Amino acid sequence: MIKENISILTPAQILQRHKIGRYLYRTLIIVLCAWVLLPLYLLFVNALSSSKAVNSFPKNFVPEFDFESLIFFSQFAGMTSALSNSIKVAVITMIMSIVIGAPAGYALSRFDFRGKSTFRLLILLTRAFPLPLLALPLAVLFIRTGLDDTIFGLALVHTTLALPFAVLITFSIFSGVPIELEEVAWTLGCNRLTGFTKVVLPLILPGIAASAIFAFVISWNEVFAAAVLTVENRTLTAFLLQNLDTSPLHLKFAGGFILVIPALIFIFAVRKYLFAMWGIANR
Amino acid sequence: MAEIKVKNIAKTFGGYKALSDINLTVADQEFVVLLGASGCGKTTLLRIIAGLESASEGEIWIGDRRVDHLPPKDRGIALVFQNYAIFPHLSVFENIGFGLRMKKLPETEIETRVKRTAEMMHIEQLLQRYSGEISGGQRQRVAVARALAMEPDVILMDEPLSNLDALLRLEMRAELKGILAQSKTTAIYVTHDQVEAMSLADRISVMNGGRIVQAAPPIDVYRNPANKFVAGFLGNPPMNFLPATKGEKGKWYVSEMPFDGPNTYLTNLEFAIRPEDCVLSAQGLRAMVQVIEPLGPHQLVTCNISGSMFRVILESDTALSIGQFIRLEPKKDRICWFDPTTGKSTS
Repeated sequence: MIKENISILTPAQILQRHKIGRYLYRTLIIVLCAWVLLPLYLLFVNALSSSKAVNSFPKNFVPEFDFESLIFFSQFAGMTSALSNSIKVAVITMIMSIVIGAPAGYALSRFDFRGKSTFRLLILLTRAFPLPLLALPLAVLFIRTGLDDTIFGLALVHTTLALPFAVLITFSIFSGVPIELEEVAWTLGCNRLTGFTKVVLPLILPGIAASAIFAFVISWNEVFAAAVLTVENRTLTAFLLQNLDTSPLHLKFAGGFILVIPALIFIFAVRKYLFAMWGIANR
Repeated sequence: MAEIKVKNIAKTFGGYKALSDINLTVADQEFVVLLGASGCGKTTLLRIIAGLESASEGEIWIGDRRVDHLPPKDRGIALVFQNYAIFPHLSVFENIGFGLRMKKLPETEIETRVKRTAEMMHIEQLLQRYSGEISGGQRQRVAVARALAMEPDVILMDEPLSNLDALLRLEMRAELKGILAQSKTTAIYVTHDQVEAMSLADRISVMNGGRIVQAAPPIDVYRNPANKFVAGFLGNPPMNFLPATKGEKGKWYVSEMPFDGPNTYLTNLEFAIRPEDCVLSAQGLRAMVQVIEPLGPHQLVTCNISGSMFRVILESDTALSIGQFIRLEPKKDRICWFDPTTGKSTS
């Protein structure tokens, strides 16, 4: 008798449990959103405030839209060359990772070969190597081969970092194009190459662009290799890391702001394809 | 205008033998249907003919050319897929004209050919649309038009009607038959639907376990199946089988009734008859009525004859009740006999 009383819930109790579950769920969502959004918001507020407001107490939670620190930043010596270095490295990374990654993605989606799943796993495992571990031997190697402190050398390292994603994203994009479309094209007078350029390429172009932008962002955000492997030709991240350490607080915020904004815009533009990468939304 | 010759084709995937010993000749302008259950190798055979798959052994000839070393584009074929495979980034016009553009035909020629095939398939009002904006049936028409616009020697179709709903399928079936007869193209058509095969084919090749078990005109395959598999696969409901034992003077006994049968050394055979080939008669097999299914034009009656299930199609005005005993007389010229161990037809 007693046992039954414990195990059977009244409708009211069940309702109560549902409510608690829902509260927990909502709280979790709010905490996660705050985790990401709050630092971004504070960065935004402080970057757009005057130095006085940034250093004063209590803190301001509404931006003043004062561009003093941002303008100071844009006139900072070495800033523009660092920015142009960053863009150059990111563009080379973008091109190399697509040129190397897309054929691998195509092969993964179209052909069956021994060790295919192991290969997919290995691609991801390249990301498991901590960069600091690789950076020192790389620096030595680069100095020996004369690649140190060059845009191309750094782009090589960034390509290595971006390549796994390029392969996996393009794999999922190619998988979204039915093989029958290619096969029909072959019967209609195409060879493998023209079948690809006339049928597959137009269909995957937006996805490839997304994958390229993702590679760009990876390179743009990378700081460790950039700091170790470049001295004169610093990228923006390495340049800021070097200089912001000794800068006043309001300039640190402005520097962070400059770094975050392009990455945010790019990721926002290609978010649909990044979901596809993990097989969540297959158009 | 081309004859297709398939000589000794075999295909193995790893250790699995998907096709063995396939020999098939399709005459110029003939419509051959490859019929079989899924996994019997019919699609693989079609893909080998198309050049999308390579055979492990054997030769393919189209017209006077041996084509099995040629890529699909040089074989003079066109293919219609089950899922239509319409290019989503091109308009219907560009889809139909795709192959013609690849051939680098002059613009005016492309336009007239696209318009002509589109009219033939009744899709001339859709030429500017994209595949996402038309229905499944219309996509199917585009796929056929795209194949026909190429004016190929051979048109290959892989279950082209399977993705359509039942009513549309009936309509397209008749239309397809008319259009292909009109275009005078040799055609190979793959399907698992026996009704589709019967209605379309000049000749049906029934496949089972990677082999062609019978290739004959539809009515021959239906009336004189080469083995028990074909007898059971074609016809709805399928053929009835009853055990028969040898008697004297060439007589065979089926459920205690004597029949004239084949002259063979075997002592046991299987007697087979189609459900529609029995009539009520005093000299028939004794059968107990178990299930009555009125189907409108006729009724399908499931009986029990000496412990075996036996289905028969009778006039719908025949009054029957469950548990009643009736006598069913098979039409003499429609009886088939099979060897019970090999399953092969004996006569």
